[in-house]
Amino acid sequence: MKQDIILAGVGGQGILSIATVIGSAALEQGLHLKQAEVHGMSQRGGDVQSNLRLSSEAIHSDLIPRGAADLVVSLEPMEALRYIPYLAPDGWIITNTVPFINIPDYPEMDKIMGELDKLPHVIAIDVDAIAKEVGSPRSANMVLLGATAAVLDILDPEKLREGIRRIFGRKGESIVEANIKAFDAGLASAKK
Amino acid sequence: MADKQLLLGDEAVALGALHAGLSGVYAYPGTPSTEITEYIQGHPLTKERHIHDQWTANEKTAMEGALGMSYAGKRALVCMKHVGMNVCADPLMGSAMTGANGGLVVAACDDPSMHSSQNEQDSRFWGTFGMMPVFEPASQQEAYEMTRAAYDYSEENTIPVIMRLTTRMAHSRAVVTPTEHIRPQNELHYPAHPRRWVTLPVNARVRNRELIQDYEQFEEDAAASRFNWLTDGPDRSLGIIACGIAYNYLMENYPDGCPYPILKVSQYPFPRRMALKLAEMVPAILVLEEGQPLVETMLRGVFPTGTKIYGRIDRTVTRDGELSPDEVRKALGLPALPSLAPSQVLAPRPPALCMGCGHRDFYTALNNVLKNDYPTARVFSDIGCYTLGYMAPFQAIHTCVEMGASFTMAQGAAYSGTWPAVGVLGDSTFTHSGMTGLLDAVNGNADVVLCISDNLTTAMTGGQDSAGTGRIEAICAGLGVDPAHIRTIVPLPKNYPDMEQVIREEIEYHGVSVIVCRRECIQTARRHAKK
Repeated sequence: MKQDIILAGVGGQGILSIATVIGSAALEQGLHLKQAEVHGMSQRGGDVQSNLRLSSEAIHSDLIPRGAADLVVSLEPMEALRYIPYLAPDGWIITNTVPFINIPDYPEMDKIMGELDKLPHVIAIDVDAIAKEVGSPRSANMVLLGATAAVLDILDPEKLREGIRRIFGRKGESIVEANIKAFDAGLASAKK
Repeated sequence: MADKQLLLGDEAVALGALHAGLSGVYAYPGTPSTEITEYIQGHPLTKERHIHDQWTANEKTAMEGALGMSYAGKRALVCMKHVGMNVCADPLMGSAMTGANGGLVVAACDDPSMHSSQNEQDSRFWGTFGMMPVFEPASQQEAYEMTRAAYDYSEENTIPVIMRLTTRMAHSRAVVTPTEHIRPQNELHYPAHPRRWVTLPVNARVRNRELIQDYEQFEEDAAASRFNWLTDGPDRSLGIIACGIAYNYLMENYPDGCPYPILKVSQYPFPRRMALKLAEMVPAILVLEEGQPLVETMLRGVFPTGTKIYGRIDRTVTRDGELSPDEVRKALGLPALPSLAPSQVLAPRPPALCMGCGHRDFYTALNNVLKNDYPTARVFSDIGCYTLGYMAPFQAIHTCVEMGASFTMAQGAAYSGTWPAVGVLGDSTFTHSGMTGLLDAVNGNADVVLCISDNLTTAMTGGQDSAGTGRIEAICAGLGVDPAHIRTIVPLPKNYPDMEQVIREEIEYHGVSVIVCRRECIQTARRHAKK
């Protein structure tokens, strides 16, 4: 069993906190894992991605080939589109619907949603609104992780919750609970 | 067995060095190498063992500090990005001549595809050039193990070892199982060959011959290394040489095993003996290497058998850019996996200066002055976040070459008749390589306006300490700049009129002016506010 994930977003949005929780859960579950990250200049408000590979077998490449990603998980809708060439034919896109507009020529939203609608497996949710609804406005990332958990078959959602507890544990119980709540809300919304 | 850890390639090198009995890390931040030093700075062993871990002013002082530690018998690590090797080239080449006493490892992190860099230079060439062994791990586990091995190799052979990583190894995480044994640190002890350490011609000539001989032995060692291996395959129509992480991309394309014989290389000098053995087995060889075609160039035309060589030079592999599973797949002649075409509804999103960044306000004020009143002005900039002033809406700079070139190029242009000639660099770049150029300007009384956009940190690499914080004006005055022409401004929109006034006055002064434009980096300010 293996699952290849591309995490996408804009520098500063915090895709790496999602990667860190998945990584911690995968390590605990005894899976093989490789996770390529972006550091340095490109982080400054530019497009960023992380290639995250999970497998029960040894993994060779740190990078995912084109057409092989099982999931594209994005904190920003246009950034989800950027990685379509990497998506496997039966792969899933899980994306936030709230645009991050820091460029003058950002495309019209209905065009972006139209592109997403063409794909067979898309979960598009407003993670910011869901995070606010459950009283965890700063945990939008964990809402997206929760939605991802619905199709991330290789990992047990309970392992991901444990991962959240480990990663956020030193920040105190209330932060942990806010993140768990956000995660559960994301998971529930994806299952609708 | 010790606990498994999820580590970046950079962190695996750092942990390998710590477990090998490290006494000091010497480094200037640079993507993709920064996390090696940061990991050591945050590790409990560093405090416990009093490991030196302070950032240096630049890569040259880093290399020299580490060489001094090696002279004193202790194990030292130097870390930098690939272009840092140019800055420390003098002591690096010198260190091959002195040799190492305490283990000395130089971690050079290359950036093919230039994700955060100005060129694609391949650090393996320094090994050939300086006659030093190069280690190039193919996995994070190997990065850990090879770093430990590099320290032993360095001491046994009294030679510095270059540890070469590329972006995908440096910045990719995988599970690493460290060795249980943590080696003690070395005691103070001095070199067994004291003459080598005084490189007067009378000593250097002797040492040079020894080094040439040693280098031949290093190649024999590489042929026997457990990190290099030759495997046979059922299909002998092609052989493959895979260096470093190119091996991973090769294996990715053959989940059930590669049908061709493979020579996997992670330790250099390139073991030619092994390549000859491969050439006896196959009529053609495909060379897969991340970076420039170092091995391929070496092999072309040297086989007595007329073996065909495929690689980057004949464009079987794209000549530039980093490797990927897809690139290697194409080179192997395998069909591409089915995939969707890129979306047409997509805009590029290049990196940009953060909202609220002081560099933004500085460039706005500078543009307001130059674009209106001094259309002949040229702005020579440098390496840092502020290089993004090239992008719209600022389009404020004309050059960016390497660390420190702003202040010196501005002088050359000024002497050639450019006016106004403006230099722009950041505080960390100033102490890295700008101070000596400022001294030149003072001595030549150049007609230049040199601006230090001081954000009190090394921002581009994530906010490491900057060597001159709190002393920038004092350094400029100490170098001889007239204190009346060292002006300090605070880059904020409400200060535009004052800032523009200062810039105008200093342009009109025909001598060396320094404008220090100071406001804390918005990223580090946010972090400090949280604490």
